[in-house]
Amino acid sequence: MAAILSVKDLRKVYDGGFEALKGVSLDIEEGEILALLGPNGAGKTTLISAVCGLVTPSSGSVTVGGHDILRDYRAARSLIGLVPQEVVVEQFETVRNTVRLSRGLFGKPRNDALVEEILRKLSLWDKRDNQIKELSGGMKRRVLIAKALAHEPRVLFLDEPTAGVDVALRKDMWDIVAEMKADGVTIILTTHYIEEAEAIADRIGVITRGELLLVQEKAELMRQMGRKQLEVQLTAPIETLPASLADFGLEIGQGGETLIYSYDTHAERTGITKLLNAISDAGLTLRDVQTRQSSLEDIFVNLVEEDA
Amino acid sequence: MNWIAIAAIYRFEMSRFFRTIMQSFVSPVISTSLYFVVFGAAIGSRIDQVEGVSYGAFIVPGLIMLSVITQSISNAAFGIYFPKFIGTIYEHLSAPISFFEIVLGYVGAAATKALFIGVVILITANFFVDLNIAHPLAMVAFLVMTCLSFALFGFIIGIWAKNFEQLQLVPLLIVTPLIFLGGSFYSVSMLPPVWQTVTHFNPVLYLISGFRWAFFDMADVPIGISLLAIALFTGLCLGVIWLIFRTGWRIRS
Ligand SMILES: Nc1ncnc2c1ncn2[C@@H]1O[C@H](COP(=O)(O)OP(=O)(O)OP(=O)(O)O)[C@@H](O)[C@H]1O
Ligand SMILES: [Mg+2]
Repeated sequence: MAAILSVKDLRKVYDGGFEALKGVSLDIEEGEILALLGPNGAGKTTLISAVCGLVTPSSGSVTVGGHDILRDYRAARSLIGLVPQEVVVEQFETVRNTVRLSRGLFGKPRNDALVEEILRKLSLWDKRDNQIKELSGGMKRRVLIAKALAHEPRVLFLDEPTAGVDVALRKDMWDIVAEMKADGVTIILTTHYIEEAEAIADRIGVITRGELLLVQEKAELMRQMGRKQLEVQLTAPIETLPASLADFGLEIGQGGETLIYSYDTHAERTGITKLLNAISDAGLTLRDVQTRQSSLEDIFVNLVEEDA
Repeated sequence: MNWIAIAAIYRFEMSRFFRTIMQSFVSPVISTSLYFVVFGAAIGSRIDQVEGVSYGAFIVPGLIMLSVITQSISNAAFGIYFPKFIGTIYEHLSAPISFFEIVLGYVGAAATKALFIGVVILITANFFVDLNIAHPLAMVAFLVMTCLSFALFGFIIGIWAKNFEQLQLVPLLIVTPLIFLGGSFYSVSMLPPVWQTVTHFNPVLYLISGFRWAFFDMADVPIGISLLAIALFTGLCLGVIWLIFRTGWRIRS
């Protein structure tokens, strides 16, 4: 299947000479959810802005649905919806008028039923005739989402959609994203909440300093990069590690009651059998044993640190 | 051409106007009345007639031009500056519309508002003086062309401006003086010869003269030259806008 969004060697040098994107290439399949992770200033927003037409690329090419974003911008952009990172709204306009404007700008005929459906889904229907300045911050962010949905995009960019949003709305957001995915919409989102990427993304991309470090299936990434920890709880606490256990790189936790062993799931041998044998040889008795998979957050932190 | 998008921009802009319709209506009525009181009564008592037209009537075309030009500029400049300033322009930039369509939407709305105010002034003026418009069609055409060309000009200012001061700068420092010195309230023939020559370098003179011709069939410069001047000005604005469009100047980084 052809990629719905294809970015090739995209570079962006801002007017001041700062190179915010250093040759990013990325293919996104129709209907997938891609989460872009990266520290502040990594270039996530610049990447999205270049695809959406807010920023002129310095070199490289981007196609959306096979349409070049510069040469064939009408066809390309009519597929795209954007929810910007900053909450920018026309304070004195009503919610409904603003959402209608979005639909019009994309050349779609007026459709009040659809606008109603979207506003209801985002719990904004009660506020439809309020001026936007009368809404709370989270509601304003929802207005931006409503505006993007109003023109029925096939590819939706969400730039930190859940920053400053309460827990309930965050869950609502995830539901909306899932629903859109079910309708075949492709979604690219950026987030600093790694558990969010973990919860909803199919693939994860990591950007630092204008470079795409990797793009991978979420499950694959977790498997490849994931380190596991084996936690052994002892019946009696120990103060120092017996000499026979010195080579395992163990940490002692909880006042000597637990031993923590880190291992790589992909290593030829994990060394678990050897460790457990050595523990029993040392005369220690076990109360409990458990393993823990490192989270995406750990993986992310490791990646970015390695790069730095 | 994405007509739906142009109409959407136009409607959205006009809704701002309608929200403050009373303001938009009352202020030109009051200021026109004031002009009639001050200029018509004070000066009119000294200058009885200008080339066979009562002074009160004589200033009507200039009054209308003064308001229509400043309104066209400020409406269009503010109209495009505001979304740039608050950031909502992102939506226009990401929409499948050309820069030209954005211009049409904003300039169309700005010109409409100015036209509305011009008509309000004309009607108000009717209560003070008798107006027999010699060439009604030409009058309307001149009015519409002025609204459009100065809205284009205002649009450029709105794109160019980096802050609110700059937004005010050109209208206040250049345009308003040009209008006042362009024969709004006097006939150029009333000036000493040197100043007559100087005044002919003022582009606004050609507009006001042409507009006055449509009212009273009398002009400071031949009507053909007036038409040429407004066509040139419109062409110049369109050219600049085309350049902005090509380069994305001050819109896209
Ligand atoms: N208009 C601009 N002119 C000059 N430099 C810019 C501009 N916009 C962004 N930058 C720079 O480009 C880099 C990338 O910025 P960008 O907004 O893409 O980061 P980001 O990954 O979205 O960060 P965040 O997580 O904070 O939103 C930053 O160093 C920023 O200072
Ligand atoms: Mg960002």
